[in-house]
Amino acid sequence: MATTHSRTLAQIMLFPSVVLLLAWMIVPLCMTLYFSFLDYNLLSPGTEEFIGFLNYEFFLTDPAFFASFFNTLLLVGGVLLITICGGIGLAILLDQAIWGRNYVRIMVLAPFFVMPTVSALVWKNMLMNPVNGLFAHFATLIGVDPVDFFAQVPLLSIIIIVSWQWLPFAALILLTAIQSLDREQLEAADLDGAGPFSKFFYIVLPHLSRAVTAVILIETIFLLSIFAEILVTTSGGPGYESTNITYLIYTQSLLQFDVGGGSAGGIIAVIIANIVAIFLMRLIGKNLEG
Amino acid sequence: MAINSSGKSKFIYTLLAWTISAAIFFPIFWTLLTSFKTEAEAISANPSLFMFDWTLENYEDVLARSPYFDHFWNSVVISVGSSLIGLLIAIPAAWSMAFVQSKRTKNLLMWMLSTKMLPPVGVLIPIYLLFRDFDLLDTKLGLVIVMTLINLPIMVWMLYTYFREIPNEILEASRMDGASISAEIFHVLLPIALPGIASTLLLNVILAWNEAFWTLILTAANAAPLTAFIASYSSPEGLFYAKLSAASAMAIAPILILGWFSQKQLVRGLTFGAVK
Repeated sequence: MATTHSRTLAQIMLFPSVVLLLAWMIVPLCMTLYFSFLDYNLLSPGTEEFIGFLNYEFFLTDPAFFASFFNTLLLVGGVLLITICGGIGLAILLDQAIWGRNYVRIMVLAPFFVMPTVSALVWKNMLMNPVNGLFAHFATLIGVDPVDFFAQVPLLSIIIIVSWQWLPFAALILLTAIQSLDREQLEAADLDGAGPFSKFFYIVLPHLSRAVTAVILIETIFLLSIFAEILVTTSGGPGYESTNITYLIYTQSLLQFDVGGGSAGGIIAVIIANIVAIFLMRLIGKNLEG
Repeated sequence: MAINSSGKSKFIYTLLAWTISAAIFFPIFWTLLTSFKTEAEAISANPSLFMFDWTLENYEDVLARSPYFDHFWNSVVISVGSSLIGLLIAIPAAWSMAFVQSKRTKNLLMWMLSTKMLPPVGVLIPIYLLFRDFDLLDTKLGLVIVMTLINLPIMVWMLYTYFREIPNEILEASRMDGASISAEIFHVLLPIALPGIASTLLLNVILAWNEAFWTLILTAANAAPLTAFIASYSSPEGLFYAKLSAASAMAIAPILILGWFSQKQLVRGLTFGAVK
């Protein structure tokens, strides 16, 4: 009796969230899908016509797509490599008994809370600027030619900025995982005479595998959509050298007003993100059983 | 001897940790320092660490000559507003899933999470066109709506994991005493779950405060929060480092402090409980 009552109530209380999220997901996605089959320019409304898969054909054969796809892979891969390796190192270091650990933690964590536009501008102007940036200053001090980061290595520069922002996230998650490690196991390994390397590879790393997977999947979801950092530093240039798929779709749809082509790109981005998401959902779903 | 060697390694680890963390923190520290310099000193070829004439003129300038407070207020309205509305929608949903479990609960949770995986560019054009048609472009209301929707799954998930930790017996006991469901929620559940609700609110304020994709695309001048306002400093002509630093420092300080308070909840909220 009470249960039927509470079940009905539960459904009523679930209703707003479900409807809102359903609307948020289905309505725009269907519109994007529909636009992707149209020849639709934002500047000439009313002239839309159905052109089938032509937008997809153009988008997928555009050299800009290859460049930005490749850049997206490099960006995501590069940031993951730096943040995972750096994160494991930092997590192990922060797990040690050190003086002032709380202050160290606070400093390491800080970049994560800096808004993307601020961090991109600070790195661009005050650190990486080839004339009066701090890096250029150090380069001249030791007698080397300063690097013009955003002209010579635009993508690498963005990878560095984004890695700085995401390293705290990886370190925090991995530190949490390390702290749940069974200390007795490490002590037993100590008694058996295991060195630091074998302890790391046989005990710590396997224990971290789950957290590492989580970091990889969650970061990938966010890194596929990097936008603000590119907009305020290089605007995707020079050429397409630092354009990722998100940025390419933005320029195509809102700067070149090609709604059809941008939509086709949007659908492709959704497909790519979904492949990653499926793995992530499996991981979290498994956790939900317990 | 053993004490000696561990004391020594503690010293080495401490030194290493402080060096690395100082390097990581450096860009923020440098921004803060530059914000107290004059423009001439900020671009000086020989930057000095502390030996410069400390000045507050950049802060005064940013506050007096740009609509900084308007943008700050936009950020507050958008992040706090969307988080509060999100809570109102998410608390009932999380309550339902945590205490009235059914076979569909798990699928529903996973589906909600999947909406968070949707890349923004996949819905960029329709949202932009809908906003244009409904006159929501460059309005706070428009951004509140978007922020509420993109953060709703995280809110439901965080609240769900907090509610799940509350022993069912407590709720059953109140039910035995004849408490109605609303009394059960308001007088029993919410007081116990208050810390969890507060952390959910905090994390979502942080996420909304820093969200940059939608703010850059959907706002221009009127409703632009600090993320978009700061981006306008990127124009190549007339770049002022010291003023940029002052504006940046004021934009990140509140959230940096909130963030440090909520670092434990961050792990839970951002990994959806996949890492404990």
